[in-house]
Amino acid sequence: MERHFDDELKDLKQKLIEMSSIIEEMIAKSVIALKDRKKEFIDEVLEKEKTVNMMQITIDDMALKLIALRQPAAGDLRFIVSAIKINSDLERIGDLAVNISQCTEKLLKEPQVKPLIDIPRMAEISQSMVKDAIDSFIKQDSSLARDVCRRDDLVDNLNAQIFRELLIYMLQDTKIINRAIGLILVARNLERIADHATNIGEDVYYIVEGKDIRHHLQDSQKKI
Amino acid sequence: MEKVKVEGLNAYFSNIHALKGINISIKEKKVTAIIGPSGCGKSTFIRCINRLHEVVPHAKVSGRILFDGKDIYSSAIDPIEIRRRIGMVFQRPNPFPVLSIYDNVAAGLKLNGMKRKDDLDEIVEKTLKMAALWDEVKNKLNASGVSLSGGQQQRLCIARTLAVKPEVILFDEPCSALDPISTAKIEELIFQLKENYTIIIVTHNMQQAARVSDYTSFFLLGELVEFGKTQDIFTAPKDKRTEAYITGRFG
Repeated sequence: MERHFDDELKDLKQKLIEMSSIIEEMIAKSVIALKDRKKEFIDEVLEKEKTVNMMQITIDDMALKLIALRQPAAGDLRFIVSAIKINSDLERIGDLAVNISQCTEKLLKEPQVKPLIDIPRMAEISQSMVKDAIDSFIKQDSSLARDVCRRDDLVDNLNAQIFRELLIYMLQDTKIINRAIGLILVARNLERIADHATNIGEDVYYIVEGKDIRHHLQDSQKKI
Repeated sequence: MEKVKVEGLNAYFSNIHALKGINISIKEKKVTAIIGPSGCGKSTFIRCINRLHEVVPHAKVSGRILFDGKDIYSSAIDPIEIRRRIGMVFQRPNPFPVLSIYDNVAAGLKLNGMKRKDDLDEIVEKTLKMAALWDEVKNKLNASGVSLSGGQQQRLCIARTLAVKPEVILFDEPCSALDPISTAKIEELIFQLKENYTIIIVTHNMQQAARVSDYTSFFLLGELVEFGKTQDIFTAPKDKRTEAYITGRFG
């Protein structure tokens, strides 16, 4: 049976897709600004954040209205509750892209400490995690969602590695401490982006399979 | 602990096979909701549990229903006794029209031979209180039962059912003829009653099933499709047909 409710759910999903495409662009631009030293991209990221903030409010409103008026159950309920959580994760990712841009703004005022290798790698993985988390949401693909969650460890390891490496640089030359801390913060923000992508992956898995894999991914991997 | 265990239950109306091989365990002092589209066998199912199905001409039952471990369809069992221990509240409030509020509640007790007025008074008051109706009728116990509002009449029928001390209460869409306030009162009552009684409720209102029940079973075309904890059925049902029904995709 056709339901008017399905159109409303589709609208909610469409709005999240729109928001996520802006978010993907924000991450990409914040990373390019750092890697290729392109200052003009920083302003674009800051500008887009305002749009994202407005979209977050709109999406929450839409979801609350559907809960109040439609009393959703089962898959519909899982979808709406997860949409609210994904909305919040996306908005936070936007904030983290802004943080990266603000660090970059300071970093660009001085010469590079060293050629960037691990940070672009880390950015690439985090970006692909966000992209795949969103794709898994669009396609309702639970195996892709689980794959996103698995990649979080790679990002965590890179973050630790970057920290160790920059620590050595700082011990050798105290004049670079400011810039090194800036890079550590960028890495930290990328690591947080990957965490939010993981949250989205977990939510998508819940929407599709009805199973909660948060905090015990290892256990569920053994069972599957 | 299970109060009622249904094993391979089949029910027929002449040649119509209304229930097909139902197996289900009803837990004691819990509320079990029966949901499903019209004609799926919900009401037939609960009418089998207190042996009301067989009073319909050409109706037949096979399989077993164990009540406290004893088959209620065994020849040694008196159906009247079963209907006392497994009470029923119907869709439309049906107080005895010529009887007063007091006598509506006392009728079953009098039929069972209770005569002492003090005893009757005590039980009538107690059950009207349990049915959350006492405060509204205590000053007009001699008024006719049908002088009450629909919601009050339904609570009177619940009091009448409670008076004969059943162990299980079957509710067949008890709120479908009531307004939202009366519905809320009945739902609150069901919540309180489950402390002492095992309750099975047939309802077309899915939100009602979600609100009042501990377990939910979904019937379709005479078959039990899914049975589980209400929370699981309404958040992550296992069967696609249950999902489609509770999200309003059919039915």
